[in-house]
Amino acid sequence: MIPWIGQPLPRFEDPPLLTGEGRFVADLTRDASFLRFVRSPVAHGRIVSIEAPGRITAFTADDLRQVRPIRPLLHRPDFHPIEQPVLASGKVRFVGEPVAVVVARTPEEAEDAAEQVFVEIEPQDPVVSAPDALRPGAPTVHDHLEDNVVVDARFETEGVDEVFAGAAVVVEFDLRSQRQNALPLEARGSVASYDPRSGRTTLTASVQSPHVIRTILADLLGIPESDLRVVVPDVGGAFGQKFCLAPEDVVTAWVARRLRTTVSWVEDRRENLMSSFHSRDHHYRVRGAFDRDARLLAVDADLLCNIGAYSCYPVTCGVEPLMALAEFPGPYDFRTYRVRSRGITTNTCPMAPYRGVSRPVITLAMERLMDLAAVRFGIEPAEIRRGNLVSEFPYSSATGLVYDEGSYVESLDRAVEEIGLEDFRDRQAAARSEGRYLGVGISVFSERTGYGTSAFAARSMDVTPGYETVDLAMDPSGNVEVRLGASPHGQGLETTLAQLIGDELGVEPARVRVVHSDTDRTPYGWGTFASRSLVIAGGAARLASDRLRAKLAAIASAELEAAPEDIVIRAGRATVAGTDAGIDVSELARLAYHSSHRLAGGMDPGLTATATYDPAGTFSNACHVAAVEVDPETGGVRVDRFVVVEDAGRLINPMIVDGQLHGGVTQGIAGALYEEIRYDSEGNILTTSLMDFLPPTLAEVPTIEVHHLETISDATITGAKGLGEGGTIGAPAAIINAVADALRPLGVEVAEVPATPSRLRRLVSESERIPA
Amino acid sequence: MTERTRVEVELTVNGRSHRVRVEPRRTLADALRDDCGLTGTHLGCEHGVCGACTILADGEPVRSCLMFAVQCEGMDLRTVEDLADGDRLHPIQQAFWENHGLQCGFCTPGFLMLSAGYLAQNPDPDEEELRAVLSSNLCRCTGYQNILKAVRQAAEVMRG
Amino acid sequence: MAPGYYTPAFMKPAPFDYHQARSVAEAVAHLGEYGYEAKILAGGQSLVPAMNFRLARPAVLVDINPLDELDYLEEDGDTLRIGAMVRHVTFERPVTEGPTGRLLAMAAHHVGHLPIRVRGTFGGSLAHADPAAEWCVIALLLDAELATRSPSGGRDIPAADFFQTVFTTALEPEELLVEARLPNLAPHTRIGFQQFSRRAGDFALTMAAVALEADDGPVANARIALGGVSDRPVRAGEAEQALEGQPATDESFRAAAEIAAQEFDAIGDIHGSADYRRDLVRALTRRALEQAIST
Ligand SMILES: Cc1cc2nc3c(=O)[nH]c(=O)nc-3n(C[C@H](O)[C@H](O)[C@H](O)COP(=O)(O)OP(=O)(O)OC[C@H]3O[C@@H](n4cnc5c(N)ncnc54)[C@H](O)[C@@H]3O)c2cc1C
Ligand code: FES
Ligand code: FES
Repeated sequence: MIPWIGQPLPRFEDPPLLTGEGRFVADLTRDASFLRFVRSPVAHGRIVSIEAPGRITAFTADDLRQVRPIRPLLHRPDFHPIEQPVLASGKVRFVGEPVAVVVARTPEEAEDAAEQVFVEIEPQDPVVSAPDALRPGAPTVHDHLEDNVVVDARFETEGVDEVFAGAAVVVEFDLRSQRQNALPLEARGSVASYDPRSGRTTLTASVQSPHVIRTILADLLGIPESDLRVVVPDVGGAFGQKFCLAPEDVVTAWVARRLRTTVSWVEDRRENLMSSFHSRDHHYRVRGAFDRDARLLAVDADLLCNIGAYSCYPVTCGVEPLMALAEFPGPYDFRTYRVRSRGITTNTCPMAPYRGVSRPVITLAMERLMDLAAVRFGIEPAEIRRGNLVSEFPYSSATGLVYDEGSYVESLDRAVEEIGLEDFRDRQAAARSEGRYLGVGISVFSERTGYGTSAFAARSMDVTPGYETVDLAMDPSGNVEVRLGASPHGQGLETTLAQLIGDELGVEPARVRVVHSDTDRTPYGWGTFASRSLVIAGGAARLASDRLRAKLAAIASAELEAAPEDIVIRAGRATVAGTDAGIDVSELARLAYHSSHRLAGGMDPGLTATATYDPAGTFSNACHVAAVEVDPETGGVRVDRFVVVEDAGRLINPMIVDGQLHGGVTQGIAGALYEEIRYDSEGNILTTSLMDFLPPTLAEVPTIEVHHLETISDATITGAKGLGEGGTIGAPAAIINAVADALRPLGVEVAEVPATPSRLRRLVSESERIPA
Repeated sequence: MTERTRVEVELTVNGRSHRVRVEPRRTLADALRDDCGLTGTHLGCEHGVCGACTILADGEPVRSCLMFAVQCEGMDLRTVEDLADGDRLHPIQQAFWENHGLQCGFCTPGFLMLSAGYLAQNPDPDEEELRAVLSSNLCRCTGYQNILKAVRQAAEVMRG
Repeated sequence: MAPGYYTPAFMKPAPFDYHQARSVAEAVAHLGEYGYEAKILAGGQSLVPAMNFRLARPAVLVDINPLDELDYLEEDGDTLRIGAMVRHVTFERPVTEGPTGRLLAMAAHHVGHLPIRVRGTFGGSLAHADPAAEWCVIALLLDAELATRSPSGGRDIPAADFFQTVFTTALEPEELLVEARLPNLAPHTRIGFQQFSRRAGDFALTMAAVALEADDGPVANARIALGGVSDRPVRAGEAEQALEGQPATDESFRAAAEIAAQEFDAIGDIHGSADYRRDLVRALTRRALEQAIST
């Protein structure tokens, strides 16, 4: 099957996962004691005292005085740092915040012990929503930050007011996206083991970025990094929630060192819903100015992001507001733009990036803008988009982002064709006369992927991620070992990289072993997040393979007495182009190690190569179209069809790509219709079970119809673009636009996600044109 | 902490007997994982919704997080570790592999056991039934498409 | 002094003593001995989640799963007798000819998911008394009688008196529910069952079960029971009366549904307000009536 690139190869990762041989954190607690965190039941208050019966092993902030607080930083004047002690110290700031930790022999006994720790708290007024936190006189979450504003970023091009004043049509609306939890099916957790002989501590943790976690752990604990090893076992999903540092992991490592033993922390689902990172929770006010030909001239946006009680390390709570600010324009070509984007702290669970980060909401905002304008102009939603989409490349956006080549208009046209828009409009009209409400919704968007250091540096991050390094070695038997700092967990990167390297080095992918997720065995890297691994780690792997291949060709050229450029390496053999002369790659490998005296002068023995890749980034693009039916009497929405036309450049393994899209779209549908973390006005969380927070099942998800375009841009060396987040970014807008389209005859506008049945029903019953 | 009363329970898992000493409050899932060392059965919610802990009890798919080990003496318990025949994957496992029915793999044991229990009694399900049954469990990664495809294919293979 | 608190989250049960009952008499004796301290463990599909959260923390658990003597279905004249330990899954195919069996089957598919139905029991569902439980609504619709055993004997409780408020029934701590007696619907009775839930398998936000006779003439013996709208399952008595003797038309169904939507104390929760529940009652009652008449 050469080339391997482009083949739907079944994954090498799967067999152990299919037979119960997978090893997740909770499977590794055999020799461990169990930790249980005592958590705050109060959203805001001063800790007066913490009492634990003497027979219980318990630790509080007093015991952890030597541990530094988590203090994520951006170096920009519009950012005000806030600190998080790993166990609450002095104050509690959200329900679920860890206040103390107990140690016991079994999980059940750990809960018994936690139950006996008594915390006296003097409650203070909490503030729960971002708009409330901005009101004058609102309670302050962090004493030094009187207005609760952590980030207040602005951007403005010239002449915004003038363009609005002269516009033919101005569209203005509010948008509210509620809170979600990324909800990996495996919650968080870690096992920390102290080895008295070496003095080293190994943290085996369900995280996305082992190297970064090791660095910060060493910083916070005040120990050399070499005393720590971070290992990531199988990870049961992450979606961003396991990228940022969990304070609980720090405590787990600390307790292991303190007790000189092995301890484990296995988060349960209630803790996960209550105190693991949340996401989204934005309030927008958006205005768009159009000329009389329905061309978008300018956008003016005020964006509020509720960042919760603390900032997340390393990306900081600036990640949501700053990404929203920079990427709001999406795939539309307009030059005049004003935006204010704020991150507001409240007495709620902290936020961290979740699949898509701000983009599901900003895409929803831009796509609502397009649909609302289309209604005003009386044209089809597809038509207004065609007239405004970016179509010449490279394109430089109002905020200075450079878009490499994409297929924005083409993807739209293809998606509209697949859904059969004209027929749909006929069916929709017929259904309406029977009192049924069908709708179709479009979402076109760009997905910036493969962020390198230059992209992150634009946010002035104290910790600037971006590059990846790959170490590659062919052993004397001709098998390949690849070591990388990225840390895949379900994305199939082991298989994809093996395909990529297999083609380069002429070996079967099954002979390529990918080593990752162990700081002792891999080069420093940033982990797996932000749809970056295939682009960046893949790029580095490609570069390293090129180097190794060059060496193989050089050795072969000496052996075969031909010029190196004439050597073709393919299917396990190096041959001289156009001849039968050849030698097995495995023979070359053996020679490089065992007969190094035969290597040409100056050539080192062995076959290893290292490469680092740090691209500027690349934009994937896609169009999603949803067809829905809304029941105006119950507010229920059924998604009948969902079409995706995706352009992520070159597809290395199309089966894996489609899987990412299916899963991404499903999470997008979840955000649009089902999932919502709720707090009451006292800051009590109301959604701490999966009976209240509602990830969809198969019954709620339609067949997702995926089609591909393959625009190969030169922004990445493999030609591949990232796509891990696209499904989640585009789907909410397609769904909400479809719901709005369905209900338009009733005079209803949808301004809040998720569009739950009770919300939709309320809109319908408040509308004037209520059906009898 | 005082020693809690533990009781001896004999569990028959995958045809093998396991004598374990557990507190009555130990769930079957925890007993399988921690006392029998069979960690293929996963816990995703411990309140009956996600289905990651689904195993077969006397042939029927059940949530092992909602049973206590002390209740299960004499039951024929089957977990994901029992599906493959040595190196030969069970047709459902094979179909999940070929159809990319898993990503992180955390939900997979639950879906495999749910399908195994269901297909054993309903070898030829129609599409609607199959969708209804597979909606018993949650998967956060795959969007379910390929799980459905895999189970459909496995049913065909198993019917021969 | 500042108030004191304990941690708010648990996922493993508090300790308890476990007794496996080998007979109804033994189970009842345990209940007599431990009273409020004890709880019956039937299918465990409601009790165990509550215990894992430590919302329920019985000191003693009396397991009645071994009691085959409570796992039976019997036709007794015009009455269907259901042993407390009959599992939900049993009802997926009609257990009796005629409308009663069909109604039970329609509802059965909505009770959780297959693995829940395999374990959960008819008696457990009634004793648990979730206001949105299918079996509670149907018991009320059919005017079931619920038979109990206790150390002092036993009694028969009409469904209308059995359900008192959320998760609360007329059962005394030492009382075991042993049987539900469902008077079979007349063979020509038409039935409808409609519910609306957020996801497949979830407890319904609202459900409406209806039964009525309307062969060629006006509606007779109309019954409407609603779930998920109040602190217990409710009968829409005024709507039933309003239908009596009316033609089986869209118009009278609409009117009855409107009455049904107004005649009880609706309760809201995070999935929807009380007003929303009324809206659902209106729509689902009408649809259930239409379904009854069209099948
Ligand atoms: C994910 C999920 C979804 C669900 N969805 C639904 C749904 O849509 N509709 C629905 O109706 N149910 C649903 N359920 C609940 C399920 O139907 C339960 O089986 C049922 O509510 C309780 O029955 P059980 O036999 O499991 O009782 P248990 O959980 O064992 O007991 C419940 C309570 O009743 C008491 N009890 C049980 N039997 C007796 C008896 N014979 N005498 C006296 N007291 C007794 C127990 O002490 C306990 O207090 C769901 C459950 C889960 C986990
Ligand atoms: S762990 Fe048992 S159903 Fe989720
Ligand atoms: S594969 Fe990850 S939850 Fe299903």
